[in-house]
Amino acid sequence: MSLDDFAGTIESGMTIGIGGWGSRRKPMALVRALLRTDVRDLTVVTLGGPDVGLLCAAGKVRKLVYGFVSLDSIPLDPHFRAARESGAVEIAEYDEGMYVAGLRAAAQRLDFLPTRAGLASDVLTMNPDLRTVASPYSDEEYVAMPALRTDAALIHLDRADAAGNGQYLGPDPYFDDLYAMGADRCYLSCEEVVPTERLLAPGADGRAAPVQSLLVGRMYVTGVIEAPGGAHFTSCAPAYERDEAFQKEYATAAKDPDAWRAFQETYLSTGEDGYRAAVESRAAAAASGANERSA
Amino acid sequence: MTVEFTRAEVCIAAASDSWRGAGEVLAHAVGTVPVIGARLARLTHSPDLVLSDGEAFFMSEPPPLGRTAAHGGVIEAWVPFRGVFDVLQSGRRQSMMGASQLDRYGNQNISAIGDWRRPKRQLIGVRGAPGNTVNHRTNYWVARHSPKVFVERVDIVSGVGNDRARAAGGAALRFHDLGVVVTDLAVLDYAPDGALRIRSVHPGVTVEEVRRNTGFAIDGADATETRAPTPEELRLIREVIDPSSARAREVAG
Repeated sequence: MSLDDFAGTIESGMTIGIGGWGSRRKPMALVRALLRTDVRDLTVVTLGGPDVGLLCAAGKVRKLVYGFVSLDSIPLDPHFRAARESGAVEIAEYDEGMYVAGLRAAAQRLDFLPTRAGLASDVLTMNPDLRTVASPYSDEEYVAMPALRTDAALIHLDRADAAGNGQYLGPDPYFDDLYAMGADRCYLSCEEVVPTERLLAPGADGRAAPVQSLLVGRMYVTGVIEAPGGAHFTSCAPAYERDEAFQKEYATAAKDPDAWRAFQETYLSTGEDGYRAAVESRAAAAASGANERSA
Repeated sequence: MTVEFTRAEVCIAAASDSWRGAGEVLAHAVGTVPVIGARLARLTHSPDLVLSDGEAFFMSEPPPLGRTAAHGGVIEAWVPFRGVFDVLQSGRRQSMMGASQLDRYGNQNISAIGDWRRPKRQLIGVRGAPGNTVNHRTNYWVARHSPKVFVERVDIVSGVGNDRARAAGGAALRFHDLGVVVTDLAVLDYAPDGALRIRSVHPGVTVEEVRRNTGFAIDGADATETRAPTPEELRLIREVIDPSSARAREVAG
């Protein structure tokens, strides 16, 4: 399906899960597609990065459910910080391990999973609906981390076939399989859609991806979107690293309303093709600038 | 013969000592001094410590400081982020984390300053602090010892302190274990009542100076002097672990 077809399936008020981790393998093309719609009042469930920042800046988020929101090389997303400090969004902030327990509970269709993380901390204060659960085997009591079930999950992988069998080729699957399993619908964008038989076939270098790279099975995937560069400016190793220069430009622009308007105009107002063209011309300008300096 | 050393090097030796006797566990270190300290521990008194590249791998030979397995070293195990939570819940891990605020009983805040509903200053969030502190030994590193960090009460309890763990009891207390707090001025530990006290002051620092920079009354009656790094430790820090002196950017002097 196309990016716009995908965006048309997301309705205001939905709860959406966004895969990846911080500023790593985020389904940024899918997020950019959402920015072009009039969808609002989303509840966003994520180990957040610039996906959160962009959606907050566009006023699309009613509630954020997160383990953290970080750009990795920059500790905090500026739009997220602004949204928190202005009280613009409701939040559910969890310990990272609690958050993962919530994803696992959702994937297993359980109401909750018990975890030690969160006990005696202000995570319980910040989430007054959280309950504990008594062990039937001892006197211990654990946090009953509620399932983080979503209406739709958005994930980005290296490759997939047209049926939705998804494959990651980097060092970390993050939690994308759990997002897919814990959602009513899952939209998978990827760098390349390939015939099924190519998923495990030797590549040009004679090496085949291991079977363990097949992360997400088609029965969990509703739609596949081919989006080369679809994680930019987050990392999608081994295809590409994080675009640190671009991320810095994003974070700098996010701190100033005028700069942010210019950023939006340049990168976010002209569709995914326009975005890629703008990113390429930016990189070319940076390279020629570097040449001039070294000349 | 006296050996010259910097404040940062004293801090690194103290951080290294926090892993002494930890055994075959993952050394989780946040910050330059803790990362160098963990490597120093591994190269000296604690050869069984497990080190990670901060991303998806455990390393029998770590990559250059601040780099990942992609930049070198020898991988001994695959531990993607999901695996890290399995390790910490197993208890085979010991942390040295940072702290934006730390109170008398070792409650730590890295989440936000002010009311959590609308913070004056959003920080990095609770991250893994709640889970770390109730699952395995946790130490802290404070690069600038000041009354802004050492406060009477933290705004948001991210890492669980001794008073809170004891009041909750049960599963919250079972594996709760706060060790030391290493700062640029001193090494702190916890008295039997769970309150922070000054264990040692770094060479050139007075107990009075530490108390003046702590936002609550702190016992320093039994404070000794933090040990100096040995010549072998200084060689490892300067020539092997941190030849580009990243440590000087975190601790002046």
